[in-house]
Amino acid sequence: MSETAVVQQPQGAMPAILPVVRGIIGAALGFALGAGATSLIRIATGHDAWDLELNFVLGYTLAAPGWLLGVGVWQFWGREWLGWKPQEPLLHGWQRYFTFCTDHKVIGVQYLVTFVVLFLLAGAFAMLIRLQLLSPENPVLADGTYNRVMSLHGIIMIAVAVASVVGGFGNYFVPLMIGARDVAFPRLNALTFWLIPPVAVLLLGAQAVGGWDSGWTAYPPLSVRNASGQIFFNMAIITFGLSSILSGLNFLTTVTYLRAPGMSWGKLPVFVWSVICASIIALTFTQFFAAAMLMVTLDRIAGFSFFSASDGGKPILYQHIFWFYSHPAVYIFALPGFGITLEIIAHFSRKPLFAYRWAVGGMLGIVAISGLVWAHHMFVSGMSPWMHGMFLVSTEIISIPTGLVFLSALGTIWMAKIWIRTPMLFALSVVFNFMIGGLTGIFLADVPTDVNLSDTYFVVAHFHYTIVGAEIFALFADIYYWFPKITGKMYDERLGQIHFWIMFIAFNMTFIPMFYPGLHGMNRRIATYTPDLQGINIFISSMAFILGASFLIFIWNMCYSLLRGPVAAADPWRARTLEWRVSSPPPVENFPALPVIHGNPYDYGVPNAPAYAIIAIAGASGEDDPAEGGN
Amino acid sequence: MAVVASREQALAVAAVPRVVPSHNGGGGHHDEPQRPAMNQLGLWLFFVSESFLFASLLVARFYLAGTSRGHVDQMLGLGITAVLLVSSLTAYLSEVSIAQGNRGAFLFYLLLTIVLGVAFAGGVAFEWSTAEFSRSEPYGTAFFTMTGLHASHVISGVAMLGLVYYLGLRGHFSAKDHWGVEAVVKYWHFVDVVWVFFYPALYLIGA
Ligand SMILES: [Cu+2]
Repeated sequence: MSETAVVQQPQGAMPAILPVVRGIIGAALGFALGAGATSLIRIATGHDAWDLELNFVLGYTLAAPGWLLGVGVWQFWGREWLGWKPQEPLLHGWQRYFTFCTDHKVIGVQYLVTFVVLFLLAGAFAMLIRLQLLSPENPVLADGTYNRVMSLHGIIMIAVAVASVVGGFGNYFVPLMIGARDVAFPRLNALTFWLIPPVAVLLLGAQAVGGWDSGWTAYPPLSVRNASGQIFFNMAIITFGLSSILSGLNFLTTVTYLRAPGMSWGKLPVFVWSVICASIIALTFTQFFAAAMLMVTLDRIAGFSFFSASDGGKPILYQHIFWFYSHPAVYIFALPGFGITLEIIAHFSRKPLFAYRWAVGGMLGIVAISGLVWAHHMFVSGMSPWMHGMFLVSTEIISIPTGLVFLSALGTIWMAKIWIRTPMLFALSVVFNFMIGGLTGIFLADVPTDVNLSDTYFVVAHFHYTIVGAEIFALFADIYYWFPKITGKMYDERLGQIHFWIMFIAFNMTFIPMFYPGLHGMNRRIATYTPDLQGINIFISSMAFILGASFLIFIWNMCYSLLRGPVAAADPWRARTLEWRVSSPPPVENFPALPVIHGNPYDYGVPNAPAYAIIAIAGASGEDDPAEGGN
Repeated sequence: MAVVASREQALAVAAVPRVVPSHNGGGGHHDEPQRPAMNQLGLWLFFVSESFLFASLLVARFYLAGTSRGHVDQMLGLGITAVLLVSSLTAYLSEVSIAQGNRGAFLFYLLLTIVLGVAFAGGVAFEWSTAEFSRSEPYGTAFFTMTGLHASHVISGVAMLGLVYYLGLRGHFSAKDHWGVEAVVKYWHFVDVVWVFFYPALYLIGA
């Protein structure tokens, strides 16, 4: 970092730890206040002093704001509400990553590291699941424990899918790619990150009170009657949803108003478009998941009857509300994955992105239709039969805009002189994996086949192809692609490619065979299966272990390269987009002067294409785009 | 609920005029010509998002209970609805007054809005205490959830109006710079509009 601000915190007192400690104290005080008041009211009205779920919910209602205020909201923000001046700390280097820092690049790294760690943790849970499934009668996990591990694996991976690419790379690179100095609401941005630690604590802490065994979907009536860990899950989802909504709000405002001069909507990098699309979905539909959790919570702690059939409630209401969010949520995962895939494919094919407008239109089309397909998850739930045909058709229709995005990728690769590097390998694998995910999805969209395949391992294999195959592979494409920009160091290309091939082959060897036990009726979410399927399950588990082990190579490569890797150039990929026009890592506030946009981001090999951007340096005239003309 | 408590912090983003924070470790304060427009868009997007939350409950009410309705006090319902609609008018007058630099009228109408808001919440509390249906039947489940969630928004709105009143007393806000007032008043109108949908769904439709 080049700036020379003065460190005002006392030295040697570990100042960076303070915000977190303050946050924990704030959370403890808030919890004591909320839970204590609840107990007092309960005693006053002649009840027992302590009701775990009621006291916990009302305690957490104050603990969460207490945590946020302590960790930095009060210092940098709350003081303003009373008309006082905010106190902003001046911290350097690593310490900023543990504070309520408003720099979008710091927040991006905070998200990224947090969610990669959570990804590896939830991956370890998947290893436990596969260990159990080595045999139909395996004593590794008790049945109840198996369901809890499966639930924990599911929801943490969903959280990773929602927030790793958008929260991590979206935060770091959207402002850079649109030529802005930061996001529209920097403090709100920091708030969205600091809502994540309570989510992780709740999900893991739930295990102390019995966990929850209703999967990540938390269907009632089970979720109204199971162990108290469910209530922790509910609070975690409401908190995580708030983070997701606010970060969507921030991205939409940022891209609307902070694009650099000349950056028309048609010149936005396609990754930025994909984040816009994901943000629209996050901003709106996420409320439905929060509403569903609110209803389950009220049923549990306050005797409401949303889902209690014996009191006139309707359990299927939950599924409608839940899937009205959770189907569109699939596009919060997939669209940024598509965005980064198109981005990398264009840069490494050294050709203009094929049918840019159609690809962007396809993504917007997906957003438009995403709210009309939810009930394809409910063909066997007992909902009204007249809805079946409708949702079959709408689900098939959404494959049309998805196909546009897919064709844009294929058209860009077509006849290209492809430059094979690790990010490109991952990006190409997204196209391959998503093709399998898409084709197998047809059988789940069509009612006659879905009735037989519902709740089997066919579904498990299918959604792992769409979520892991598309988004998680795109996440790793991203990590390798932007590692030199974020760290200023270059990763080891050979190890990167070894990681890719092991991960790609092991992934396909795990999940292609998984369609088979699904077709033979092996149930998902159950710790056992019929003995005739043991052979294939042993094979699947072995491949899953190799898949898991491949990440050890990744971890080694990242850690070693971060410490000992060669210094990276500002533009190692000779890409045209704006983030490569600044140093690696980029300076605070990104640009010496706001860039002025002239050309298109993907005009590789186009004769006489104007430079994408011109950035004035300290009063001097323009700098030519080094990637001009490309190839 | 946790949702509501944290939502208010979210709203405060928009509600309070802010300087651009310098980043940790350096960087200056920039002129931000887009700031007013960004604050507006951020606030409106927040309303769009909240609309989905309220819409989910509106749908749930009809899904659970059809058009059947428990016995509610029609005069009370009409009364609190009138109170809330009038409070939107006083909130509007308060905003107009500060925009014209009239601090006295601004504070007067603001106080009136707060009083009306408290009266509305009191009316809901009274309806709760006298309701002849229970929360464990479909209509009751919908009624208590919808009025409860709406009232929690009213109460948090009153808290923010109170904060603006306190700041106004201390000389904050002016004809040129009153985004904090505008944001909270817009929020108040939004909560009012939500009630315009909830009131017929809970009090008028069905029998
Ligand atoms: Cu779906």
